Formats: sequence, C-alpha cells, structure tokens
Amino acid sequence: MQALRDILDRVHPLFVKGGILEKAYPMYEALDTFLYTPGETTKRVTHVRDGIDLKRMMSMVVLSLIPVTLFGMWNAGYQANNAITKMAAAGQDYSLDWHHTIHSAFGFGHDPTSFLDNFVYGAIHFLPIYIVCMFVGGHIELVFSVLRGHEINEGFLVTGLLFPLTLPASIPLWQVAIGIAFGVIVAKEVFGGTGRNFLNVALTARAFLYFAYAEQISGNQVWTAVDGFSGATALGQMAVAEGGAVASLSSIQYPWGDGSMSLLSAFVGTIQGSIGETSALLCIVGAAILIATGIGSWKIMAGVVGGTVVTTLLMNAFDFGTNPMMAVPFYWHLCIGGLAFGLVFMATDPVSASMTETGKWIYGGLIGFMTILIRVVNPAFPEGIMLAILFGNVFAPLIDYFVIEANIKRRAARYAAT
Amino acid sequence: MFQYGLEHYAGIFVRSVFIENLALAYFLGMCTFLAISKNVKTALQLGVAVVVILTITVPANNLIYTLLLKKGALGWMGSGFAEVDLEFLSFISYIGVIAAMVQILEMTLDRFFPPLYNALGIFLPLITVNCAILGAALFMTQREYDLVESTVFGFGCGVGWALAIAALAGIREKMKYSDVPPPLRGLGITFITVGLMALAFMSFGGIQL
Repeated sequence: MQALRDILDRVHPLFVKGGILEKAYPMYEALDTFLYTPGETTKRVTHVRDGIDLKRMMSMVVLSLIPVTLFGMWNAGYQANNAITKMAAAGQDYSLDWHHTIHSAFGFGHDPTSFLDNFVYGAIHFLPIYIVCMFVGGHIELVFSVLRGHEINEGFLVTGLLFPLTLPASIPLWQVAIGIAFGVIVAKEVFGGTGRNFLNVALTARAFLYFAYAEQISGNQVWTAVDGFSGATALGQMAVAEGGAVASLSSIQYPWGDGSMSLLSAFVGTIQGSIGETSALLCIVGAAILIATGIGSWKIMAGVVGGTVVTTLLMNAFDFGTNPMMAVPFYWHLCIGGLAFGLVFMATDPVSASMTETGKWIYGGLIGFMTILIRVVNPAFPEGIMLAILFGNVFAPLIDYFVIEANIKRRAARYAAT
Repeated sequence: MFQYGLEHYAGIFVRSVFIENLALAYFLGMCTFLAISKNVKTALQLGVAVVVILTITVPANNLIYTLLLKKGALGWMGSGFAEVDLEFLSFISYIGVIAAMVQILEMTLDRFFPPLYNALGIFLPLITVNCAILGAALFMTQREYDLVESTVFGFGCGVGWALAIAALAGIREKMKYSDVPPPLRGLGITFITVGLMALAFMSFGGIQL
C-alpha cells in the first residue's frame, strides 16, 4: 500500500497549480480520495465538523444498495430462466440474444431452480447496463469537473447504481447511455454538480427515458429479459383491469407456480419489475442500514408510508366498485411496484428532499399521497412512485420555506408574549 | 344556475389546478412567471393577485361572451339582431374587460383595503398583460363553460398558476447555493428549471375527470 501512496505523492506536483497536468487535477483528486482519506480540511468560514464526509456518506448508500442489487440480479435471471423453460416446454417461439451466448460460453444453463444459473444470467443483463451507465455518466462527470474546476464526487457512484436498478433488464444499452447523459447533464451538472441540484438525478434520467422511449420501459414485454415473452407487473395488470381482467387481487396473474401472485412473493420480490425494485424485504434491509448510519431520514420514510396508508384507506372507504384499483389494500401497495425502493433510496436523497424536520414529514406524506393517486386515478401511468418523488422534489423547497416562516412567527409570538 | 353536481365542479377545479396547469402544462404567463419568481414572498403576492383577477375576469368575460358576442346573443334587442355574430370582437373585448377589471379592482383595493393594495403593489397593473389571464378567458370560450363553471375554472387556473410560481420561487431561492455555468445564469437556468418542473407535473397527464 505504501508503494501506491508513494506513486500518488510523486505525481502530485504535476497536477497542482502550475504543473503541466493542472487541468486534470480533478482526476488525480478523485483517485487519491477514493483510495485514501483526504488530509485536507475546509479553510473558509464556520462549518460543521463530523467524522463522516460526503465520500463516506455516499459509500454507505452504495453499501445499503448491495443487497437489493444482488437480489435484483438473481431475480432478473430467475424470471428470464422461468420464461425460457416455460416457453420451451410449451413449444413457443422465443429468441435469445448475445446475453445467452455469453451465458452458455461459460457453461451455464437456463434452469430456474439453480441459483447459479439465475444469478449469472441476471448478472449478464445487469452488469452491461451498469457499466454503460458508469462509463457514460462518469466521463460526462469527468469532462464537467475538468472544465468547471470542481471535484469529481462520489455522488455519481450512487446515481450510477440507482439508475440501472430502476430499469427493466431488457432495456437497450444505448437508451441507458442517453438516459444517464440527460440526467447527469440537465438535472445535475447545469446546476453545479452534486448537492446543488433540485431533482433526484436517477429519477430524472428514468423519467426522461419513460417519456421519450415508453416502449422499452413500460408495458408487458419488457420486464422479463426474454424476447417475445409477455409478463405484466402486478400494477400493469391492475391498470388495464378496468375492462374487468383483474377483478380482485387473487386473480393477478403470476406466470410461474400455480399462476396467481401471493403477497409473500410480492414482498420477497420474486416477481416481474425493474431490476432493483421488486424486493420490499431487501429494501427494508437497506432502510435499516440507512437509518442506523443516520444517512437516510426515517421521518421521510415514515412520512411516505403514512401518506400511502392514509390515502389507500381513504380510497378503500370511497370505493364504489367503479375502479378495481380503489379496493387494493395498503399492504399490497407497499409490496408491489417500486414504492418500497423509491421511498427508501430515492425519496430520502438528502439533496432534493426537504431539509427541515417538520418539512420531511410533509414531504414524505405528499409523496405517499401522490404515488397512490397516480396509481389509482391516473390510467396513463400504472406506477406512480417515480413521478410522485419528482413532484415532491419540486415542492420540497416551498415546504421548507413555509416551515421556516411558521417557526419564525411562533418565535416572534413567544418573544412578544414575554 | 347550478346545472351540475358538486363532483363536476370539483373536476373542473382539480383539472385547472393540476392537470391543465396554465404555467406548467400550457406554459402561459411565462414572462411574469420567470421574472417575478426570485423569492417566495413576492411570488406568493403575485400569485394571490392572479387568483383574484382570474376569478373575476373569467366569469365577467363569460357574461360578455354569452350576452353580447356569441352568435345570436343579441337576440334580446329585437329580431333583426338574432343573426348577429360578434365573435370576431372577442379578443379585443376580453383584453378590454381584463384591463378595466384590473383598474376597478385596483381602485377598490386602494380605497377599502390599503394593506392588500400596498402588498400587491406593481403586480396588479402588471398582470393586465399576462397571457395566462387572456388564455383562461379563451379556454373558457372554447370549452363553452357556463357562468358557474367559468368562475370555478378561473379560480382553479389562478390557484394552479400561483402554486407553480411559488414552487419555482422556492427552487430559485434554494438555487442561490447552486453553481450554474456563467452562460446559463439568470433566465437560462430558469428555463431549464421550469422544464424539469413540467416533467414532474406530467404525473397528472392522462387523468380523466
């Protein structure tokens, strides 16, 4: 290790002001602080001192995402292998692409009961998405940091992992590249980089893809990474159910097993969906890590859950049988779709969320309310969490403003009284 | 007068506030929207002024339209007028009505509610030329709202616009901490911000009421 430190120290003069590689200082800095704790301290005006800095904070978020990521890879493979087995048994036509070529080159098969087959096939889908995302986004970040003279932030490590997890496994790679480029440039870098944006970067990127290339990110064909296989998500099935296809929860189709989806499988996450969003169970594990380390605000998470539960109970109370979504109980809402993933990892993004403590409750409640509203009332979008969080981001500064104003008024009244 | 149930009016209200938000779905009233959104306090005052003006002018224009301008509206003056169609005058009469209304409102506030008058200040005369106000009147004509509907619609449009400008002002106050590239500073970044806000408001697109 000392040798590495020596090399870094030796090339250091090249990158400081006046050195020949002065322009590339952010690259040096990023590598150095990625490997070693920075020895520098803030020089200007008062600041909060704490053992944890931005870099460690982002590392903790990445750590909390690891269970979801690993499960997501396994599940992507599980869904695909199940589909392949089922279609082969039924003699249906299906086509396999280059993912399969790599997969079989390593000697793996498509047995859905084999852990390795599932995990490896899922990883072959997830890793290219992740690599494209890191490569494209990382280089944009690099160019901006060199041109604008700011540091390369670990913030991108989080965005670069969150974004692939919100995508279906079958997404074309060029769309991943366009999406992350839009997110990083328009949602983050034009505002000055990490910590200065007002919308969640990963969700902005996803929303861009969602509206620009709806075909590859919504509908029934995309959730299972096998061409020609159609398996809708639970929410997708409910959204088209106005014609009466899904009259009750017990008739939600599940392509494997006995054909109906149980609450348990929705909770554990062995269902169709974006790579990282399916498992509510592992989102709870991630939430525990975030809350224990003090990075994610439990108030926001509780606010979203509270908003969801209250809104759902209201919907249930006003259910006149016209819309089957009105009758869905809250525990189903919390397990299916991306609600759990969004509320744990996206809504708690400290940059775009409300800053005040009271504001966090209101912000969370607003997101929960909007999610259910979009899911139930809006037939155009089966899933609501993505747009609900963006909507919450838009109103977060205003919520903060009112909370602060109320506080000022209360204090003024208290001082006037004494 | 109230031809429809409460649900119908609630539907018009929700649609005009969120789904067809004048600022973020139709991008109307952009000049004031971008110019007066630097801080939340003034943005809110302007928002209130817009709500008041819209709630008054849309039904007023509705009366003008149904009683004077619409084809056959002048029938009450005698059978010779039954075929008269003055719709080509709608633009100029709407603008005239809006300007007159703003003027009357300004004088009334000045006389009876000086604190509110002072709080609104320059914004009252300013929004005479706000295209969101005219836009709401034209939507009212196009959708053939009656008097009550257009009152609800005017109020809803105002609330939606006020909500949007308050949110933008909140974001812009927060953006004081941003480090925007020099060429984009000012209006450039505000345009991008409004675009991103509109993306979030697309969550309502497609709701049928």
